[in-house]
Amino acid sequence: MTYEFTKEDLEEIEKIKAKFPEVMPATLPTLWVAQNRFGHVNPDVQRLVAKTLELPEAHVHGVATFYTQYYKEEKGKHVLDVCTCLSCQLCGGYDILEHLEKTLGIKKGETTEDGMFTLNEVECLGACGYAPMMQITNDSYINNLTPEKVDSVVETLKKGEKPDYEQIEMPLRKVK
Amino acid sequence: MSSVDWKNYEPVLIPNIKDIHEIDVYTKNGGYSALKSVLTDKSKWADQKSVIEEVKKANIRGRGGAGFNAGLKWSFMPPADGGPRYLACNGDESEPGTFKDRKIFEYNPHIFIEGALIAAYAMEVTAIYVYIRGEYKVYIDMMEKAIQDAYDKGMIGKNIFGSDYSVEMYVTGGAGAYICGEETSMLESLEGKRGYPRVKPPFPAQKGLWGRPTTINNIETLAHVPNVINKGADWFSSIGAPNHPGPMLYGISGHVNRPGVYELPSGIPVLDLINEVAGGVKNGKKLKAVIPGGSSTPVVRADQLNGITMDADSLRDVGTMVGTAGMVVMDEDTDMVDMLWRITHFYHHESCGQCTPCREGTGWLEKIMLKIKNGNGEIKDLDLLLDITTQMEGRTICALADAAAWPVRHTITRFRDEFEARCKKSVHAVA
Ligand SMILES: Cc1cc2nc3c(=O)[nH]c(=O)nc-3n(C[C@H](O)[C@H](O)[C@H](O)COP(=O)(O)O)c2cc1C
Ligand code: SF4
Ligand code: FES
Repeated sequence: MTYEFTKEDLEEIEKIKAKFPEVMPATLPTLWVAQNRFGHVNPDVQRLVAKTLELPEAHVHGVATFYTQYYKEEKGKHVLDVCTCLSCQLCGGYDILEHLEKTLGIKKGETTEDGMFTLNEVECLGACGYAPMMQITNDSYINNLTPEKVDSVVETLKKGEKPDYEQIEMPLRKVK
Repeated sequence: MSSVDWKNYEPVLIPNIKDIHEIDVYTKNGGYSALKSVLTDKSKWADQKSVIEEVKKANIRGRGGAGFNAGLKWSFMPPADGGPRYLACNGDESEPGTFKDRKIFEYNPHIFIEGALIAAYAMEVTAIYVYIRGEYKVYIDMMEKAIQDAYDKGMIGKNIFGSDYSVEMYVTGGAGAYICGEETSMLESLEGKRGYPRVKPPFPAQKGLWGRPTTINNIETLAHVPNVINKGADWFSSIGAPNHPGPMLYGISGHVNRPGVYELPSGIPVLDLINEVAGGVKNGKKLKAVIPGGSSTPVVRADQLNGITMDADSLRDVGTMVGTAGMVVMDEDTDMVDMLWRITHFYHHESCGQCTPCREGTGWLEKIMLKIKNGNGEIKDLDLLLDITTQMEGRTICALADAAAWPVRHTITRFRDEFEARCKKSVHAVA
């Protein structure tokens, strides 16, 4: 498969480049543009990014492999990143992970056969007070998980819908 | 005992004002008046130095973890030479237990933007970069909008408030790497590279972004600045603990009834924070231990906590730190061996691998902890762990190695019985 940026992508990349005095700083944001377009940044996509920015392939490859959010290969349609770090561990993050392994019939790190879901165990996502939690495909956070809530999120995703953004207030804040 | 009157505290960083995140509401409630004052009121703010002096006097201790006086840090910037100078705002927020800066992005982004602009003016900065962890996609979007709104109102850009000061401000996202919260790693990441921390010196104030003078501050640190300018350094330093003053965003997680982020004065008794603010330990259980300010700050036993308050001095008395004020609370049933193993796993996963003591050390800590967790450890392994921590501390490019070593050292020392009970009796064991 050959990968190409659309005209809109290229415009966005130009805007990104304008933020910085050099072109190299555009590497991370351009990898994001690529991943949003193609769903991953496999070696072919990395090459496209390098060519577009006129940077060495080795540089782009080095960056893509350093950061965990870039998918270096194709993933399931939905990537479920379950946090099991400190606060999530204390609040049952591993139970959530196990529940998902059972429900989806896969182990962490794997993708379901129909290509719908990839399941990952991840480090702290900065939602510790709302533990246990998970992030869906680098986007929505789903907080205060219970097995029931996990099931309903999986159903929502299967239906092709996006779970709502969960706004969480500061408990003592009394807005006037 | 601390006499901090937190019960009558009115929030100022994220005030109780509806829709304060919108620029019009923020402005109507006095927003951007501090920026206007420093830029146009020459009778009050004769020059940039006068702003730095006021902030220094307020003693805003960095809320990113290290607790360094913000104004003092600003004063390290060399004199302007006409070339570019930068302010890099640290919104990486990746230390386990920490989830406070996101509240500023969501509920009061303009107080941070205003603070960053004042800091930028004081240091004669030409461009501000806001680095936000990639996972915070929604907050990156929110900040982009807020910054655009501020541009549209003329708060950012050319000749702000008709002064001769101009500055640009940009948001950029990470892509998943805890180490990019370390300041020089963040600079590398901003430059579009792998986040390998830099050897210091040279310090960022001398050679930062693209080799130019750069200051790095945490988001919350900068968000305190407008209030300091409006109300004065004395007002700020009169709040909370004298030696670590000001309002503070506390993030409380773990086994409490009401976890979340709270804005309160510094120096609150730890036990008040748990029992009153956060509604006490869940399910009526007893408190066992507390990690006061993110995963790298040493754990404290419940019986050590009487009279201890959330500030540098008091927490030092029990061998720990304020860190990011992201407190993790553990109930009596918490398995300290499992907990510590998970922390060692985190640091091993996040070590960038540049320095041998860190790359190898974090790996060994995790491996030995896993062995103990699985019931295959021996008592001599505990001493081996302690020995590894001494070989890691202070021998590396950045502080991640220390951050990985402290929890191991202190959790084992403070809960030794529990660790020994999990170990097999071995021929080498003393007991
Ligand atoms: C491994 C490591 C991770 C860090 N992560 C963060 C972070 O996520 N956010 C942050 O503000 N500071 C973090 N810091 C601290 C920064 O290096 C730096 O001290 C801070 O951003 C300076 O801002 P302040 O003085 O306003 O606190 C980290 C430090 C280390 C060693
Ligand atoms: S101490 Fe660890 S994280 Fe820091 S630079 Fe060295 S190897 Fe990397
Ligand atoms: S520990 Fe899971 S979000 Fe922080």
